[in-house]
Amino acid sequence: MGNLVIVGISDQQVAYPPDSLITYALGSCVGICLFDTMRRISGLAHVLLPQAFIGSDRHEVYKFADTAVEELVRSMERQGCARLHMIAKIAGGANMFITTGKSIGERNVEVVKNELKRLNIRLMAEDTGLNYGRTVEFNTQNGSMIVKTAGKGNKVF
Amino acid sequence: MKNYENLSELQISVLSEIGNIGAGNAATSLAHILADKVMMSVPALQIIDVSSMATILGGPENELAGILVNMTEDVKGMLLFLLDQEFIYMLVNVLMDEQIQSFEEISELSMSAIMEIGNILAGSYISAISTMTGLNIGLTTPQIALDMAGAILSYPAAQFGVMGDKLLFIEEDFLSGDSAIKSHLLIMPEPKSLQLIMESLGVC
Repeated sequence: MGNLVIVGISDQQVAYPPDSLITYALGSCVGICLFDTMRRISGLAHVLLPQAFIGSDRHEVYKFADTAVEELVRSMERQGCARLHMIAKIAGGANMFITTGKSIGERNVEVVKNELKRLNIRLMAEDTGLNYGRTVEFNTQNGSMIVKTAGKGNKVF
Repeated sequence: MKNYENLSELQISVLSEIGNIGAGNAATSLAHILADKVMMSVPALQIIDVSSMATILGGPENELAGILVNMTEDVKGMLLFLLDQEFIYMLVNVLMDEQIQSFEEISELSMSAIMEIGNILAGSYISAISTMTGLNIGLTTPQIALDMAGAILSYPAAQFGVMGDKLLFIEEDFLSGDSAIKSHLLIMPEPKSLQLIMESLGVC
């Protein structure tokens, strides 16, 4: 059994087998799992907001979808991964309370998808939207994403 | 005032006092509803980040009820009550005469009763602010989420993430009969509204 590498809010980690990656209780936040199918290296990012804004701290690259996805790709590339071999699975982006207009969850998912497209990374699976929280665990051995919920069952992607 | 981290000690004690009076009102309302004496501890006001908040609430995956109310008119912002499962079960038991042991068992009708409690609690705090400041504050209909603490907290975290990572958090214990109820409240006036509250109280 490997270790469970915990990814906090506005945080990201890279892990190798036999370790697993986990991020707890995503609401409107999005969890982005990247997996290099050749090197078997995995990364998980937990983003809070869609984009950086004027006056935001430049060190907070992991907080925003428009900087965090690329940052995770780069960290994995530094460890020998190649974009060509990366696949993505994402979860989260829920709308915990009804809001007027587009919710932060929806915008988070939208920006994450745009970023993946821009970086030429294939999105293999997603479990996003709706109105409930999700804990995401990523199995670095086989690249599967396990989504756990409170009362809505668990799913494997 | 750009974010809650920049509050002065005086401003913090003003907010604590608002919390104190609000909690007093809430205890009185709860006593009426529960038809029992309700005592309260001195509320503790903290300015902390979301991760520490989740820890205080029993970890990010701990299931809670989050009741959200938006403030309108003179003061804009939101109030988010975080009530633990035992509290909700007790409310459903007393108000609806139903014994439940999990969130899945809560009926539609019980759900609206819980929302009404949220309404009353929110009203207790709002009337404290209104009375002290003379400002007009309206409340929207409460919304409820029964889910993991971390997921519920993502809502205020994202809404106020642009203002920094710290939020205003009031922890309050209510004691009724044999049961101690821990209630948590996130109070989030928009920066301009917070400024207005302070000015109305002569604190700058």
